Amino acid sequence: MASIIEVRDLTRKFGDFLAVDHISFDVAPGEIFAFLGPNGAGKSTTIKMLTTMLHPTSGHMLLNGFDPTKDAKQVRRSFGIVFQDPSLDDELTARENMELHGVLYDVPRKTRRERTEELLKYVELWDRRDHIVKQFSGGMKRRLEIARGLLHHPKVFFLDEPTLGLDPQTRNHVWTYIQELNRSEGITVFFTTHYMDEAERIARRISIIDYGKIIATGSPPELLSRTGKTSLEEAFLALTGKTIREEEGSSLDRMRMHGRARMGGRR
Amino acid sequence: MKTIYILWLRQLKRYFRSKSRIIGSLGQPLLFLLAMGFGFGPVFKRAGQGNYMEFLAPGIIGMSIIFTSIFSGMEIIWDRQFGFLKETLVAPVSRMNIMIGRTLGGATVATLQGIIVLLIALAPGFRPANWALVPVAIIAMAITALLFTALGTAIASLLSDMQGFQLIMNFLVMPLFFLSGALFPLQGVPGAIAAIARFNPLSYGVDALRGLLTNSSHYGLLPDFGVLVAVTLLFLFAGSYFFSRVEA
Repeated sequence: MASIIEVRDLTRKFGDFLAVDHISFDVAPGEIFAFLGPNGAGKSTTIKMLTTMLHPTSGHMLLNGFDPTKDAKQVRRSFGIVFQDPSLDDELTARENMELHGVLYDVPRKTRRERTEELLKYVELWDRRDHIVKQFSGGMKRRLEIARGLLHHPKVFFLDEPTLGLDPQTRNHVWTYIQELNRSEGITVFFTTHYMDEAERIARRISIIDYGKIIATGSPPELLSRTGKTSLEEAFLALTGKTIREEEGSSLDRMRMHGRARMGGRR
Repeated sequence: MKTIYILWLRQLKRYFRSKSRIIGSLGQPLLFLLAMGFGFGPVFKRAGQGNYMEFLAPGIIGMSIIFTSIFSGMEIIWDRQFGFLKETLVAPVSRMNIMIGRTLGGATVATLQGIIVLLIALAPGFRPANWALVPVAIIAMAITALLFTALGTAIASLLSDMQGFQLIMNFLVMPLFFLSGALFPLQGVPGAIAAIARFNPLSYGVDALRGLLTNSSHYGLLPDFGVLVAVTLLFLFAGSYFFSRVEA
């Protein structure tokens, strides 16, 4: 079957820094695919390029058959996304956030109302539908973002570190929702994480990415047998080394901030 | 069209829900009206310039509009910081429509604020010369509001965080307000001040309000409206251009 995401030689530079370095991969329709990698490895940059937020320096991409650099609108209709950082309007209620999303994605009013009810019930926020989001806990906000991202029936669902900072109960819930949706609606799921157990348990295939390059791709058992390790954590460390990347991630972030300020938000 | 409407509605909801912001932003005009209106009133009268409250009120309406508009336009920075901007930027809608919806919303809020200040000014004794012209004055408020909201949007699109906000307040908004003839008559001021005021769009906004509410205009109503409309179109263009280049 044709891939729903197709990436060839995708590259993105920030100044002299190669954030994403000639990566290629495919995601099949209905698959749960994970990007696993240390901080600053290029996971978020890749997602930003696939979701039309950032232009690649070079390379090709297709999402649902459309090119994010050329057919931005079709690509945007094809995916839903839960960003790494919160992205709700805190001053609006849960339902108003859903409504706004539905209008932006041109979902007809009737479908919008029905789907909002269905999804808010699904993430167990229907009772709180008229509460201002500001009063929500981190876990509730995350669940609302998941419901919102699914409102327009996307083909591909991106989740960038969706469980960062959540307690184990909420984390477990979040993954249950997503796996169920994957089964019932056949939606393709693309997520990034650095929780090994999540990647191992949830993803059908994993790409391990480091320093902007894909080091290995395969199902969790394949990655284990390739490295001769017994846990994905060990396999991951064997493939990426043991150096701590915290500093690098944050200095890259700083550089991006500077770059943005200096270039005045230019593409 | 629906995109513009829903983003306009969002700005209004946010405004009506932040009671502290409404009260806070009305305190300042009230203070200006009372302190300056009554404080300088006697001197103004002795100088043969007539009723200062009558002169000042349109200026304070203008002040409240410019502050609210630029602030609304710059809310984009907030949205960037709190992440909501990304939600709109990855939606399958044009940047142009996002910008228009937000700007119209901000301008509506600023116009409402102007109308409230007009009502407040009635308390210390301000009376429009002709009530029939008040609707036209509200149109002048709306154009002025649109002009400065678009300017705020343009500026916010170029800034990455709130650190530049204070700079904009002190080096742009305050000078625009103080050098606009909002507080003093432009007749007979030193040439430099008159020249600066001439290039300040707020001068024309305040002057149009003065012409419509108190029957005394410095530049004339036609030039006022001409300049306001032209500069508004220019800033809308600049705002949508810079906003179209914003990265999520």
